[in-house]
Order: sequence, then structure tokens, then C-alpha cells
Amino acid sequence: MSKKNTLLSLLFALTVLGLPPFLKNYGVYMFSTWLIYVIATMGLNLTVGYAGQKSLGHAAFFGIGAYTVAIMMKAGMSWWLGLPAAIGLCFVFGILLGFPALRVQTIYLAFATLGFNTAVFLVMRNEEWLTGGTFGINGIPRPEIFGFDLKGGLAYYYFVLAVAAILSALMWGLLKSPWGKAFQALRDNPIRAESLGIDTRNYTLLSFAIGAAYAGVAGALFASLVDFIEPAPFAVSASIMMYLMVVVGGSGYFLGPLVGALVGMVVPEWIRDVFPALANWYLPIFGLTVISMMVWLPDGLMSIPDRIRAKRDSKAASVRRAEAKSEMAAVIGEQR
Amino acid sequence: MIDFLQLVFSGFATGSIYALAALGFTLLWQAAGTINFAQGEFVMLPAFIMLAFLSFGAPLPLAFVLTVLFSTVVLGWAFKRAIVDPLFKYGMMQIVVATIGLSIVMKNAMRAGYSAEAHPFPSLFSDKLFHVAGVTISTGDVGTLVCALVVVFGVQAFLAKTITGRAMQAVAQNTESATVLGINVPKMIFYTFAINAALACVAAILVTPVYLAKFDMGDSLGTKAFFAAIIGGFNNSRGAILGGIIVGVSENLAAAYISPAYKDAVALVVFMVVILFRPQGLLGRKEERKV
Repeated sequence: MSKKNTLLSLLFALTVLGLPPFLKNYGVYMFSTWLIYVIATMGLNLTVGYAGQKSLGHAAFFGIGAYTVAIMMKAGMSWWLGLPAAIGLCFVFGILLGFPALRVQTIYLAFATLGFNTAVFLVMRNEEWLTGGTFGINGIPRPEIFGFDLKGGLAYYYFVLAVAAILSALMWGLLKSPWGKAFQALRDNPIRAESLGIDTRNYTLLSFAIGAAYAGVAGALFASLVDFIEPAPFAVSASIMMYLMVVVGGSGYFLGPLVGALVGMVVPEWIRDVFPALANWYLPIFGLTVISMMVWLPDGLMSIPDRIRAKRDSKAASVRRAEAKSEMAAVIGEQR
Repeated sequence: MIDFLQLVFSGFATGSIYALAALGFTLLWQAAGTINFAQGEFVMLPAFIMLAFLSFGAPLPLAFVLTVLFSTVVLGWAFKRAIVDPLFKYGMMQIVVATIGLSIVMKNAMRAGYSAEAHPFPSLFSDKLFHVAGVTISTGDVGTLVCALVVVFGVQAFLAKTITGRAMQAVAQNTESATVLGINVPKMIFYTFAINAALACVAAILVTPVYLAKFDMGDSLGTKAFFAAIIGGFNNSRGAILGGIIVGVSENLAAAYISPAYKDAVALVVFMVVILFRPQGLLGRKEERKV
């Protein structure tokens, strides 16, 4: 790791660890929301960015996770029982959603997953006996850990931060493992991957299932954070927003979700708080940014350092070429 | 039985509107490899533009003509120049993401800049009901169905019979050969965008009296048009009509016999069945995967 990167990481660690105690409740809440969306989009980044499966149904998994925990806690069970249930359920639904991906790709898959999201949303809205319908479920408590109560906003934030750190480490390990390489092979050239002996079928399904499990954890954390859930945050538009977060951050960049969730989730909330007059205009501006990014920066914000490096390298290379040329000219001149 | 026929008939009327939007989808896909995620918003914007012309006192037919002109320029020409042309070389997903962005811009700018309310829209047809062999039919449904079908078949005939139409099809099938044959490819592609924009205006004038003009009216319309296009077959423009009507009718039947709350899931179920068993669509041709 270069010196600059170490410095940046230190700065980042200092911010997420040290800044929240100095913030008001709302700021801490925003930080927690940010990390929860980072976890969810990290999963989507695996599905979309690394494995190349265009999924527009991620918010459905987020919702399944949230509702599973909420319903189980309302039935008197512990959050720690709800979490594995949420992860398991999302994993299974992820595999199921992966099946269309074996048949169709790109935009067909995007719409299949979008349709799945619509179906899940309709169940959340219509099955009042289970989900409370449009009234939602309220009074979802926060969990305890080793006897520590996580009721306070700050305590819960550090809990979310710890979970995010663990999940990031797991994702990092996964991506560096042969599995991670297999996912990327699947994205870059599925037919070649298959001919190299990669079981594309299993990896396609797994990329959905693991991505979904991450959303499940995020959902479980979200339910306890907001303490009231209703169908709206899990609608198709939320899935589309998550997809855009991945793309804007940089799909296939490990740190992309950090930036993506910031731009897609935290900045609009912050603007709503600080400049309420501008709030309605944030989404149009965000949309315009997405369009212009597709033209000028299609690989997302995290690709900027790469771009600068590439530019610098090519500049250096052309300088060296020019030097070599003049040297050659001098040598040839001497010979004459 | 009577109920059933009534439901089927009004399903045809809704379905024919889906078909209009779906036809635009398939045309853009064939000619320019463009999937337009903002298709629903392409119907929403003309609805509001028409309302604006109406509020200046223009009669409905004049407002419609002016809106078609406006749409051809903005949703046809400007859309092609500003979004599709610069992104074409990067491939389909880039365009998809950009049109998702466009749909967010159009929807939310309309909400922030004009209104978040639903606005009533005058109907082309009087609201009379009449009975044919015991089945109650509204003039609105008949008019919608007839208008939509006339337009859809008109576009079909234009593509199949006129020289320009056939040149457009040639471009859709093989751009290089079309260039060699002396066809002005960019012009033909522009025509496709213009037709898509005009079709969206027709859809707007037919659907808005029922849906009301609202910034998010395009949400379900765009998705259903896409489902309809896939169900019928993406590389066959006749498929769009079939797909639209299948979606319209099955939605109506499901709302009546299964549950109105799950009406919006019907298109999805049909779509899933089709892509699992016949991914090329009911009327589509198979396309081979390339390495």
C-alpha cells in the first residue's frame, strides 16, 4: 500500500470511528443509514459489478431481510434469531432469482428481477395479516449484544459499523479467492469461463444468493434502526436507485458502494435537511449526473484515480518516446 | 360468460395501448439497439404538453398535432443526439443506465417544477355505453381499441409497403449491407426515433383520460410495454401487438377472478413463463449467442 493510500485509510477510519460522537442524533442516524446501504450495495456490487448479472431487484431482498426480522421480533423472538433467518431466506430467494439468469441475460434479466421486486412489493403491501400492509410494522426493538443494550443511536451505529467491517472483510476475502476470480470470468466472458471448467450455472446462482444475503443483513439492521417499516423503501424505484449507486460509485470497484451509497442516499437526505428548497431538485440533478457519467465516466467515480494514473502513464510514455527519438536522431547524426 | 366477454373486450382496449408503447420499444431496439427505460416518461411528457396547449385554448386535435411535433423534436431528435449517439459505441447497458437516469430526470423535474398532483385530461370519446348481444361496451374502449389498432397497423403497413419503411427495416436487419445499398442509415434511424415519439403521443392521448396526467403515470406503463414486447418477441414488431393484448386481457381477467391487488403481477407471470420456455418471445426468431 502506498503512503497516500495508508493516509487516506487512516483518515477514513478516523472519520467513521471518531466523528459520530460529535454529531447530533440525526447525524448518527445518517451515518448508520449510510453503512446499511453500503452493506446492501456491496452485495449488489458482487452480483452486478463482479459477476455481471444485471439485477434490478435488490431492494426486494433488503425488504425480505427487514420484514423477516420485524415479523420474528414481533412474535417475541430475538434479533439474533431473526438475523440468520433473514440471511437464509434471502439466500434461498437469491438462488431462485438466479434461475432466470441462466436463461436470459442483460436487459431481459434486468426486467425479470424488476418483476420479482414488484411481486415482493405487492406481497408486502397486500398481505396485511403478515406484513401489516401499508400500515407497516412499528415498534421494532434493537438487539442486545453480550449483555450490552444497543438502544442508543451511537451504540447501534458502532454495532452497524462492526457488522459492515466484518462483511467487508468477508467480501474482500471472497473476491481474492478463486471464487472471486470465477465471478469475474463469468462477467467478462461466460462462454470462455465455461470452457475453462468454471461451473457457470452454480456461480451465477451463487452471485445472486450471496448478494441477496448481504441485502438480508442490511435489511435486518435497517428494521431495527428505523423501528418502523412499510413497503415504500423496498419498491422497484429503490432497486433502481441501488443499481445506480453501484454504477455511480463504480461497479466492480471494491470501494464503489461507499461512494455510491453516499451520493445516492446520504447527500439527498442531507440536502433535504439543510436546503429544503433544493430537496425536490436533487433527483433530477442526480439523474442528469448519471446520464453525463455514462458519457464521460462510464466506470463510475472510483475509476477516477485509475483514469488519472492511465493519463499520467501515457503522458510519461510519450515523453520517454520523444526522448528516445531525439537520442536516436543524435546517434544517427553522429554516425553521419 | 357475459362478464368474461366484457372483461376480455376492455382488456383489448388497455392492451392496445400497451401495444403502442411496446411497438416503439421494439422499433428502437431493432433499428438502433436502444432499450429505452424512459418509455413510460415518453408518454407522460406529451400528456402534460398537450394539457399545456389545451390551457392556451387550443382545441384537442390542434394540441395533439403540436405535441407530436414537439415530441418528434425533443423525444426523437434531441434524445437521439444527446443520449443515444454518444453512448452507442459503449453498448447496450450504458444506454440502459442513461435512460434510467433520463426517466428519473423527467419524472422528478415534472414533480418539482410543475406539479405532484394528478390532472384530469379530456377524453376523445363520449362516455356512452351500448349493448351488443348482452355485452356492455363503452365508446371509450371501442374508440381506444380502434385508434390504437389503426395506428399500429398503419405503422406496420408503412414499414412493409413504402420504400422508406423497407429501408428502415433493412437498416434494422443489417446496417452494413444497408449502407452499401446506398440507404441513408442515420436518417432511417432518426425516423425510427421520430415514430417512437409519435407513438408515445398517441398512447398519451388515449391513456391519459383514464390514468390522469401525473408525473409517475409512466411507471407501470413503461414496464408493461417492455413485458409486452418480450412476450410477443423482441425482434418482431407484430409481436408487440400480440404481447400488448395478452398483457391487457390477462390483467383484466386476473383482477376480476383472482385478486385486484395482484393485478400488476400478472404481466410478470406471463413474462416469466415466456422467457423460461421461449426466450425469443411468441413470434420472435432465435438469435445465437456469440463469443
